Amino acid sequence: MNSRTFAAFVGPSVFMMLLFIAFPLVSVFKQSFYVTQPIYETVEKETCTPGFLTQTCVTEQVSQPKLDEHGEIITQTQYVGLQSYRNVLEPERAWRAISDGSWHVLSTINFWKALRFTLTFTLITLPLVVGCGLGIAILINNAARAIRGPVIFVSLLPFIITPVIGVLAINWLFRGDGILTAMMEWWLNRDIALFAQAWTIEVLMMLYRVWHVAPFAAIIFYAGLQTVNQDSLESAVIDGATRWQRLKYIVIPHLMPLIIFVAMIHLMDSYRVFEEIVGFSSQGYVISLQWLTFDYLTPDQAGNRSISRASANSMLTMIGVVILLILPLRRTWRDHKGGH
Amino acid sequence: MTLKTILMAGAMSIATTGAWADCAFENEVPLKSLSAGFEAWKAVTDAMAECGNFSASLDQEFREKQPEAFAADPALYQIGGVSNATLVPLLNAGTIRPLDDLVEKYGQDLLPNQLIKVDGKTMAIAMMVNAQHLMYRDDVLAELGIEEPKSYDDVLAAAAKIKEAGVMDYPIGGTFETGWNLGQEFINMYMGEGGSFFGDGNMPAINNAQGVEALETLKAMTEYMDPEYLVSDSTYVQQQFQQGKIAMANLWASRAAAMNDEAESQVVGKVTMAAAPMGSAAPATTIWWDGIVLASNMSDEEADAAFRVALEGMDGDMVSANNDAAVWLSPAYSAGDLAAGAAASAAGGAKAYPASGPMGIMHTALGNGLADYLTGAKDAQTTLADIEADYITAAKEAGLISN
Repeated sequence: MNSRTFAAFVGPSVFMMLLFIAFPLVSVFKQSFYVTQPIYETVEKETCTPGFLTQTCVTEQVSQPKLDEHGEIITQTQYVGLQSYRNVLEPERAWRAISDGSWHVLSTINFWKALRFTLTFTLITLPLVVGCGLGIAILINNAARAIRGPVIFVSLLPFIITPVIGVLAINWLFRGDGILTAMMEWWLNRDIALFAQAWTIEVLMMLYRVWHVAPFAAIIFYAGLQTVNQDSLESAVIDGATRWQRLKYIVIPHLMPLIIFVAMIHLMDSYRVFEEIVGFSSQGYVISLQWLTFDYLTPDQAGNRSISRASANSMLTMIGVVILLILPLRRTWRDHKGGH
Repeated sequence: MTLKTILMAGAMSIATTGAWADCAFENEVPLKSLSAGFEAWKAVTDAMAECGNFSASLDQEFREKQPEAFAADPALYQIGGVSNATLVPLLNAGTIRPLDDLVEKYGQDLLPNQLIKVDGKTMAIAMMVNAQHLMYRDDVLAELGIEEPKSYDDVLAAAAKIKEAGVMDYPIGGTFETGWNLGQEFINMYMGEGGSFFGDGNMPAINNAQGVEALETLKAMTEYMDPEYLVSDSTYVQQQFQQGKIAMANLWASRAAAMNDEAESQVVGKVTMAAAPMGSAAPATTIWWDGIVLASNMSDEEADAAFRVALEGMDGDMVSANNDAAVWLSPAYSAGDLAAGAAASAAGGAKAYPASGPMGIMHTALGNGLADYLTGAKDAQTTLADIEADYITAAKEAGLISN
């Protein structure tokens, strides 16, 4: 392929990536170092609100943004350096908690509370997703050809459901006297409140995530299983290898690149855990990094939002993903180099 | 129930397609409105639609859209539905117009207390008020010989009795969902104790005896509440009531009618509306209003039409047809038993919600920070100090506190 044709093919996609990925990233990066705010003045204002028969009027000092001659709010943007990052990380408070050895206090600071859950969530679901995915793939592979189609369809179903809907469904099944909680209560003969403490909510979230993502892993592994060298498997059987030994010494090494791939995708996805928090409205107990960005961005009823802190937090989230990906990426890189 | 609803909806849509319906004039100017999406707004916008050439957006996320939509020139919506809190960003941005000339021209039927005045200028027309007040199961309390609770001590004592008698496991309900709802519960209690939120220069001032008292009352209540209280919003509390699971709750007046909805409720006629329990200074609640504003970025002709349509939406016919949907501000409104709680709270001296820019930030900081106290992760003083710190960070970023 000459370079012209190559450019014509790749050009549009590079352009799109610059426009939709690189540019927003740079803009968020820049915003995390700046703060834009209206200029307020304090004025005395009389406000009247309805009572039942009469009005109640109060006169008070209120802060009110200054408007320019076109009626637009005058804003100023100033460079604040790492201040927004400091506001998110709260390093002094965190350091004090660490030097006191008080894990408990550290886990009440928003960012660290979110980081703790995000990491736990990511690292616990990872082996479960890979394990369940492999299990389902082997199950499909061993199913009789006649029922293989339906089995694939059924095992893919959880992956098709929109995440928010899936989370809400779990919420309704377990919240209060939801069907499944009621069943468990009847079975164990005791009162169960799954949304009344952090750990049960976390377990539900992880179960949901594994249920949701395992089919994706399964379908990739199933594809990989089709290319396992049948001769090696047969000779292994002749040599008297058990099913487990065949899996351990032939199938898994063969699938390793795919396992790394699935692990990487899962790390990236689950580090941005969000739907679970919103769907369970669990922010009283459990929050995640991505939810924190969302919370900073959501305007309150008076219209204030914290865009700088949101930017800083999303940059930190990205850095976290990159750090998590270093290990599997290094391995892929080594394999890649070794292969040539 | 469903069939009835569908038939009703069908009938409504037929009614709203023609301009022939129950409207005093025929509207020629295309108009749009953006408001919250609860029952009362549905009734009002349906009545507006009878004038023709009108479309309404009822949107729970309206407060995120409204400031931007009104700042556009021409404004994307001519009529806005606001409450005392969501009025603030529009007032700050100067995107809504004074209504005095229009009130003079068309507003003869308005009550004087419907006119929301800021610095002497009418900026909004209120149509209803809303407040959280005590609702309790008349039959349950009467059977145990408990008088109507007047304060939170009474509420807690009544709850203890009900639990002891084995009538209910969790006699109290509450809108304690982390976030806006929980913040609102604290604000109710704190205002009931007579506390004020800010000192000079928008600095926070909640870390005091009244704040601690408010927190302790909230915590005492949770002992009698379903342990999943941190996820319970207004709809959840309403359902708990309807299913007979709770006996008392401080719930929104706009939810009162649902207690007597025979299609949903198992406690029809058994729930009494009473004043919000007294704090040491005032009833522990805040009074809210909902009403309409008009955008400044539109022609005077459009504003004229928009105002007339809006008035048609909240006229006497609409109020009589939807009497129980809200506590309406209208001469045509007949305050029944359902409005008794809100009225009694107001008569007891309940204050209006102190809406302002800093209050928006404070409400969010409270909503996010209180759960740590209720779950036992922090003590009262630390909780309040952390909320103040959180507030200061956000207020500095918003420019409300100088560095």
